[in-house]
Amino acid sequence: MSASRLPRIVGLLALLTGACTLPFVLSNFRLFQFSQVYVYAIAILGLNMLTGYNGQFSLGHGAFYAVGAYVSAIMMDRWNVPYGWTIPVAGVLCLVIGFLFGLPALRLEGLYLALATFSLALAVPQILKYFEHWTGGSQGIVLSKPNAPWGLPLSPDQWLYVFTLAVLVVLFALARNLLMGRTGRAIVAIRDNAIAAQAMGVNTALYKSLTFGVSAAYTGVAGGLSAIVIAFVAPDAFNVFLSITFLTGIVIGGLASISGALFGALFIQFVPNWAQDISKAAPWAIYGVFLIGFMYVMPFGIAGAVRLALARLGRRGTAARA
Amino acid sequence: MDIFIQQVVSGLATGGIYASLALALVMIYQATDVVNFAQGELAMFATYICWSLINAGMPYWGAFLSTLAIAFVGGIVIERVVIRPVENAPILSIVIVTLGLLVICNSVAGWIWTYVQKPFPSPFPAKPFKIDNIVFGAHDLGQIEVTLLVLLCIYLFFRFTPLGLAMRAAAHNPVSSRLVGIRVGWMLALGWGLAAVFGAVAGMMVAPVLTLEPNLMGGVQIYAFAAATLGGFTSPGGAVLGGFIVGVVENLVGTYVSFIGTELKFTVALAMILVVLLVKPTGLFGSTVVKRV
Repeated sequence: MSASRLPRIVGLLALLTGACTLPFVLSNFRLFQFSQVYVYAIAILGLNMLTGYNGQFSLGHGAFYAVGAYVSAIMMDRWNVPYGWTIPVAGVLCLVIGFLFGLPALRLEGLYLALATFSLALAVPQILKYFEHWTGGSQGIVLSKPNAPWGLPLSPDQWLYVFTLAVLVVLFALARNLLMGRTGRAIVAIRDNAIAAQAMGVNTALYKSLTFGVSAAYTGVAGGLSAIVIAFVAPDAFNVFLSITFLTGIVIGGLASISGALFGALFIQFVPNWAQDISKAAPWAIYGVFLIGFMYVMPFGIAGAVRLALARLGRRGTAARA
Repeated sequence: MDIFIQQVVSGLATGGIYASLALALVMIYQATDVVNFAQGELAMFATYICWSLINAGMPYWGAFLSTLAIAFVGGIVIERVVIRPVENAPILSIVIVTLGLLVICNSVAGWIWTYVQKPFPSPFPAKPFKIDNIVFGAHDLGQIEVTLLVLLCIYLFFRFTPLGLAMRAAAHNPVSSRLVGIRVGWMLALGWGLAAVFGAVAGMMVAPVLTLEPNLMGGVQIYAFAAATLGGFTSPGGAVLGGFIVGVVENLVGTYVSFIGTELKFTVALAMILVVLLVKPTGLFGSTVVKRV
């Protein structure tokens, strides 16, 4: 066991070291983009817990992202709360909202849940605009980027990069512990066969609502981080296409995979940028083609393909040695 | 009272549009257990085709009928090429494929025809009708007529033709239908074609009111979802009735409940969907599907 874990740990450490050196080689704009990647990765991981691991649809996770973003923005703008404290608040609030939304969702299976959440995603910008007093209406809220604390010699973009990376590492570690243990087995068992899981003593109702809550919390934290990183929130950024973007992320990265969240985030951050050069409309056409194409040829996404390739290589290695 | 009657009539007019799109959703759902999230966008695309034909100098009704034909063929092609490979895949895969279709239609339409709003002609006279003190928009009345005509045609088709019967059989019990020689795969494709036709009718009827743009059908689709949910995804007649009910409710709520107005239109639809799903998930006329485990 420990022999097979060693290369993974070394690989992870190398990756982390690489991520830590980026602030000293890349321009501020590139760093901003990578901070965005980490933010998306957290949101995608959240959605993946729900859809990939637990088998519950959500086409409306943009709504929780919006709640997180607005909680952070309003706390910083109106009440002058330090940005660091707004993140846990956004997370806890989304945990509660997600859990509450998860309760009625228990009665909705498959397509009906997809329908309800899709409608939620469509309704979000209107609701945000309606509460103009809090949200600043369609103008949104403009924030300022925080400076690095403790007199660290970092630019705001460098500091935000480090900050998002730190949050990402903590949340990924938590997710791994959650999903690889007893709780994770229960979550996956519900996806694979809810009735069998119940017969084995899994409290399906509780686990499903809890997964909804935790998933929403992750997405809410990501939303709060995005408000801090972009230093701006506006209702039209949280339309139905944002929710489809997250879904694209989990499909491309890999359903039911933790590392897949990073691949998915890299895709949704950088591919549209390249596509934008062709036409303003091209990014979405490409998303669509990738969504459908991946369902046909790589249903487990990039992470699944990597896993498969590694397994094949490993088999060839053992075959050669024998 | 006058305002009330006017609002009910214009509610019925928009309700007819929701009913057409809801019928399209229900047809596909019955045949293949898929909710086609791209239905509205396909309708929008068809409407753009009609706009191009009219701009090329075709008379309105000629363009209207040609668009229906194009939509029919397009629907069949999409089923054959895009949906068929994932026919037996998990629901998640199918939902993702239809969402992929949604974004492709939306962005390709924006690519070809730009995001600028375009006026779309109405085939009905601009002058409103007047009975006593109550004013009816001619387009509203024409819209109701067209919707009812389409519904009548589809009812006659399914009730009295052998092909209609075969399609119903294929949706109801694919295995037995195959045994009696019905080509089930093609029946499903025909269903997609017909659904695309209903969508196209809805799109061309709503475009003069909302003006044509790539996001034309977003709002219509959420109301069509509400209509289909209310009537029941397993009942075509219910979905139609649901469409009319939802249209009238939307209009009356917008008129009489001041804090909602038009700003929270989508939220009203969302609330309707959630309430129906929580109180009676099968809808008013739907039947519970019992599955063996």
